[in-house]
Amino acid sequence: MDIGVLFSALPGNIAQGLIWGIMALGVFLTYKILNFADLTVDGSIATGGAVTVVLIISGWSAPAALAVAFAAGVLAGLLTGLLHTMLGIPDILAGILLQIALYSINLNIMGGAANMALSVTQYNLLVSLRYIPKTLLVTGVIILVLISLMYWYFGTEQGSAIRATGTNPAMSRAQGINIDSMKVLALALSNGFVALSGGILAQYQGFSDINMGRGAIVIGLAAVIIGEVIGNALVGKRMNFSIRLLFVVVGAILYYIAIGVVLWLRMPTNNLKLFTAIIVAVFLAVPYLKEKANNSFAKAGRRGNKIS
Amino acid sequence: MIELKNIRKTFNPGTINEKLALDGVSLRIEEGEFVTVIGGNGAGKSTMLNAIAGTWPVNEGAIVIDDINVTGLSEYRRAKYLGRVFQDPMTGTAASMGIDENLALAARRGKRRGLRWGITKKEREEYREKLAELSLGLEERMSAKVGLLSGGQRQALTLLMATLRKPKILLLDEHTAALDPKTAKTVLETTQRIVSEHHLTTMMVTHNMRDAIHYGNRIIMMNEGKIILNIAGEEKKNLTIEQLLHKFEEVSGEEFTNDQAILSKKDF
Ligand SMILES: Nc1ncnc2c1ncn2[C@@H]1O[C@H](COP(=O)(O)OP(=O)(O)O)[C@@H](O)[C@H]1O
Ligand SMILES: [Mg+2]
Repeated sequence: MDIGVLFSALPGNIAQGLIWGIMALGVFLTYKILNFADLTVDGSIATGGAVTVVLIISGWSAPAALAVAFAAGVLAGLLTGLLHTMLGIPDILAGILLQIALYSINLNIMGGAANMALSVTQYNLLVSLRYIPKTLLVTGVIILVLISLMYWYFGTEQGSAIRATGTNPAMSRAQGINIDSMKVLALALSNGFVALSGGILAQYQGFSDINMGRGAIVIGLAAVIIGEVIGNALVGKRMNFSIRLLFVVVGAILYYIAIGVVLWLRMPTNNLKLFTAIIVAVFLAVPYLKEKANNSFAKAGRRGNKIS
Repeated sequence: MIELKNIRKTFNPGTINEKLALDGVSLRIEEGEFVTVIGGNGAGKSTMLNAIAGTWPVNEGAIVIDDINVTGLSEYRRAKYLGRVFQDPMTGTAASMGIDENLALAARRGKRRGLRWGITKKEREEYREKLAELSLGLEERMSAKVGLLSGGQRQALTLLMATLRKPKILLLDEHTAALDPKTAKTVLETTQRIVSEHHLTTMMVTHNMRDAIHYGNRIIMMNEGKIILNIAGEEKKNLTIEQLLHKFEEVSGEEFTNDQAILSKKDF
């Protein structure tokens, strides 16, 4: 195994991490800010890919296609939110219903095809794995813009109301906040981000695929959680909202670097999803086990035995 | 002014858990009155306050606040008329947000929340002054997360949030019950100060008969979903716990069975 191969793959890994970082910002919005486990994303990322590819092929410019992809994601999140708030369907189930529905919708968008190619030689794309430096630049700029927008929005009255809704719904209602609207709004925004990332991903890889979102939520969670653990370790008390957002993207990059290492080690790619699940489980478990190690019956028992 | 007209509320109707929690409650509280509410466990005190707050719709009756019929308004829509402090210190504040951010949320109760800044510099100065009046040192750590505060500090902050914009009614549901006696006393004194400073129309549920007599200018007692006693004016001022217990037995034909009330009778 040649370490040089690993390093030459690094820029590509970082590019993928940046693209998925956009998606992870969306997951952060629902999972961390709204306290809502939204599984819509597996479908809405593919929606973003499908819409982008179809529109670019039919002559739209890449930025315009991405704008429509964003809107399509907003619509998907809106529907999940309405299923949850207006029809009383539990959060996980509402997301799963949309995810399944989007599978059919995405197929329809792509005219019944399971995948569609989008050649960078034929169309003027914003990003591509053939042009990694450009990809890094474009996605880097997009991420900086998105983080700035999020930083601003969650400092506004409306953004504060969304944060309050996620932290304490009872208090929010008592303060006159329409928590149903806030949930719908946050879900819509989040899935807009996710579809945007799907549209960029489709351009990067040169195709959209009906299954490109399978397991996306787990990758998004991996990024959020890795970013949080690393961020807390590095920044600690000086953590603020924009740095937290930045670390979500760092989490996504680290995740794809880890995947790069796995590939470099020639582990069978069939096991990639298994590997992802293990990473997420480990990072979710670390804070819990740390707390438990300091505060366990076993330890209390040992202390107690010393006394008796 | 608030008026409850023959309010009825049944929980879990048609099941074996069916419970008639408010059985025709009528009450009129004038502007600036401070009413303390007592009664045994399960008497319907919290249910009455929740009916006013709109936690759920009532089955019968009407709730009118200053000529506005709020019976059909959902909880968040009538929030603009109300200030609330709950029994559990966790309920009233957003733990992961700063002290200043919580106050800013409360300052916008009943207003449209748009894309203006969630908190302005000018507001912060106003909050610093108001926090200083609580004498808890919170003005020195305004951006600290509320989750770091003690129960008493959180209740004092919730009280400030509830009264930051003058509510038409202040609803306090055993808001000192989860605090140690010393802290409870401080929070009650603060309550008294804020209520009289702003002439707030107030309903305060307490399980402590002594507090119920000491604070406010009117006392009502509930039992089995009904208001069974209503004492105001001079008579309220000269009330003793013995008289109150005696009246309860007279009206309800039962003995008062709130352990805490009996305890507080002992240490009276
Ligand atoms: N949300 C609810 N669902 C079902 N039963 C309730 C609910 N809230 C209150 N109750 C019942 O209504 C009765 C009155 O309760 P409550 O108003 O909380 O009493 P308290 O006077 O002690 O505050 C009790 O029997 C209680 O169990
Ligand atoms: Mg109660």
